[in-house]
Amino acid sequence: MKKHILPAIKLTIIMILFFTVIYPLAVWGMAQFSSNAGKGKIIEHNGKKYYSNIGQAFTADKYFWSRPSAVNYNAAGSGASNKGPSNEEYLSQVQARIDTFLVHNPGIKKSEIPVDLITASGSGLDPNFSIQAAKVQVKRIATIRGIEEQKINQLIEDNAERPLLGIFGPQKINVLKLNIALDKLASR
Amino acid sequence: MNTEILGIIVMFVITVLLAIPLGKYIAKVYGGEKTLLDPIFNPIERIFYKVSRINPQTEMNWKQQMVAMVSINMIWFLLGMLILMTQGSLPLNPDNNPSMSADLAFNTVISFVVNCNLQHYSGETGLSYLGQYWLMFLQFVSAGIGMAAAVLVFRAFRDRTASTLGNFYNYFVKSCTRILLPLSLVVAIILAFEGTPMTFEGKDTITTLQGDTVAVSRGPAAAFVAIKHIGTNGGGFYGANSVHPFENPSYLSNMVEMVAQMIIPIAMIFALGIFIKRRKLSWMIFGVMTIGFLLLVIPNIMMETKGNPALAAMGVDNSLGAMEGKEVRFGAPASGFWSIVTTVISTGSINSMHDSTMPLSGMNELLAMMINAFYGGCGVGILNFFIFIILAVFISGLMVGRTPEFLGKKVEAREMKIAMIIALLHPFLILVGTALAAALPQYTAATLNNPGFHGFSEMLYEYTSSAANNGSGFEGLGDNSIWWNVSTGFVLILSRFLPIIGPVAIAGLLAEKKFIPEGDGTLKTDTATFGLMVFAVIAIVAALSFFPALALGPIAEYFSLY
Repeated sequence: MKKHILPAIKLTIIMILFFTVIYPLAVWGMAQFSSNAGKGKIIEHNGKKYYSNIGQAFTADKYFWSRPSAVNYNAAGSGASNKGPSNEEYLSQVQARIDTFLVHNPGIKKSEIPVDLITASGSGLDPNFSIQAAKVQVKRIATIRGIEEQKINQLIEDNAERPLLGIFGPQKINVLKLNIALDKLASR
Repeated sequence: MNTEILGIIVMFVITVLLAIPLGKYIAKVYGGEKTLLDPIFNPIERIFYKVSRINPQTEMNWKQQMVAMVSINMIWFLLGMLILMTQGSLPLNPDNNPSMSADLAFNTVISFVVNCNLQHYSGETGLSYLGQYWLMFLQFVSAGIGMAAAVLVFRAFRDRTASTLGNFYNYFVKSCTRILLPLSLVVAIILAFEGTPMTFEGKDTITTLQGDTVAVSRGPAAAFVAIKHIGTNGGGFYGANSVHPFENPSYLSNMVEMVAQMIIPIAMIFALGIFIKRRKLSWMIFGVMTIGFLLLVIPNIMMETKGNPALAAMGVDNSLGAMEGKEVRFGAPASGFWSIVTTVISTGSINSMHDSTMPLSGMNELLAMMINAFYGGCGVGILNFFIFIILAVFISGLMVGRTPEFLGKKVEAREMKIAMIIALLHPFLILVGTALAAALPQYTAATLNNPGFHGFSEMLYEYTSSAANNGSGFEGLGDNSIWWNVSTGFVLILSRFLPIIGPVAIAGLLAEKKFIPEGDGTLKTDTATFGLMVFAVIAIVAALSFFPALALGPIAEYFSLY
């Protein structure tokens, strides 16, 4: 073993140089050509910047609510509830979310609430929700903002993101982009 | 066809189509043949060897190879302890994260040295960028070690009779430079353009549209996430791993990461056939592994798509499937698919939270790691499968009443003993670990995130993941405690090095034996019949050892829910 130690130390040092200095610098160099130079994609609105991939908490009735989050959308960390499917405490928490939703959205039937709106995402930072999650909130937002439902539905239509190349994966909506569009529509 | 299912099928097909040419390339690299990348890597490797004064041409026997492997791993372990326990006061720490405690550093370093990447910390708060990059170094070299070990076994069956198996450093360095690095570079650049950060700046603070102030963790993640998948490591840059919208920003990045983690394990199967000039053997292995993989993955996709019956009973629209712990941009089917890919292969990165998957999906994730030989990790997957082949050869030999032979070499008592020990070590470590954790509730009960059967599954999963060197978790478990850090740390060491040394020892012993040309009575090992035999051995070993534990956890939970 002794005769392997010294060569192994030297090999480790030169490999550290190659794999943790040269390799990341090469990637970093390439990333300078990506949007926002590798510091995360951003959206600018009213002079403020937001990260388009990082979901935000929307709890006010005038906005489309985002999905529940175990970390309250604080992107200093990330995480999920990690509750098992049969956990009683978890199930009563979900029931409470349904009840809250129904109170804030009069005229909506329980069977119209899509499951993503009452379950916490895996990262706690999910930037998206489903098309149905947007549609089920139209009535509430239309009433509060005094905008015709049809206009808000059009907004959802415009912001719906199709599957990759139209054929791979689910449809979705970026909640932040949708709410920014909603604010723009209201201020027009 | 449904776009979500189509996405899954395309991911798998692309992986296999790319793995076949990659397998050819890998066989050339290890065979020392000319390749396209020689002009770049020949000079680089020459510098490596000049600095370290290693002669990559020196032939080594299997014992020397293993001594070399253990020595260099010990250096990485010691250096890692030093770095993680002092990172708080070292440079590249813009977020001022603290140094690790001794038990957490012990667990983390071992876990990354052995290619497991069990993480009892969260990247955003637990590591400086220097600490992250030390772990990234380990992600490269631990994958390289696994692949080098696999080549030693390949070598044993290429030459008719040999006392040496080539040079360990040669295979190890080539794995890192010529295979892992170019693939990682491609993946990292795609991820950077899809939105994964690659910056050395620290946290950013923003005011949200609604007016809340939140911090956003960033960091040099793209380079890290690439080798995390290419090397089947699985340790995430951020706490939520590839569920995090920076670590896995889009459906495209999800596809790329999926292909990235499967490609080397599958390519190694084809590389074996080309390297030892028995291509039919590759197809037998690939066939058995793929059938096993499909038997686990199809039910998971279906169960996750169908969703949680307890939520359906509340009367909501459950058509999106089981969305607790999942992200909308991937959807339930692709998350179910990933949950098995990452567990059959020893990646252990996640794109949904396994703790919240349906009970029998959780069981399949456990089974995938308990078997640990369907595709498997970088290099080590094929070593685990090799053990099952040896067992199947022996049993078949007994059934037909002939001395068991594999590829012209007699399998005798000594090899069988090693194979049995390695095959039994895995259930031993998992079941004894879980039994101890269940018997000592004073250390473990408070760490559980769920009551009842599911709580038991959390403990079972933690040891299974450690013993399979997988690294995923039922992450609700509060695993940063001395009990979990130390007990899983020891499981990690034993379950990494013994399952490498065992197969290499068998290969070394077989290589020294006289080559017996195949005759009419030789057991053909590259046929469907023999494949079925291997599959039966795997099923029996896994089912008999693990069924009672599974019955107490996921199966019991299933019956309580449905």
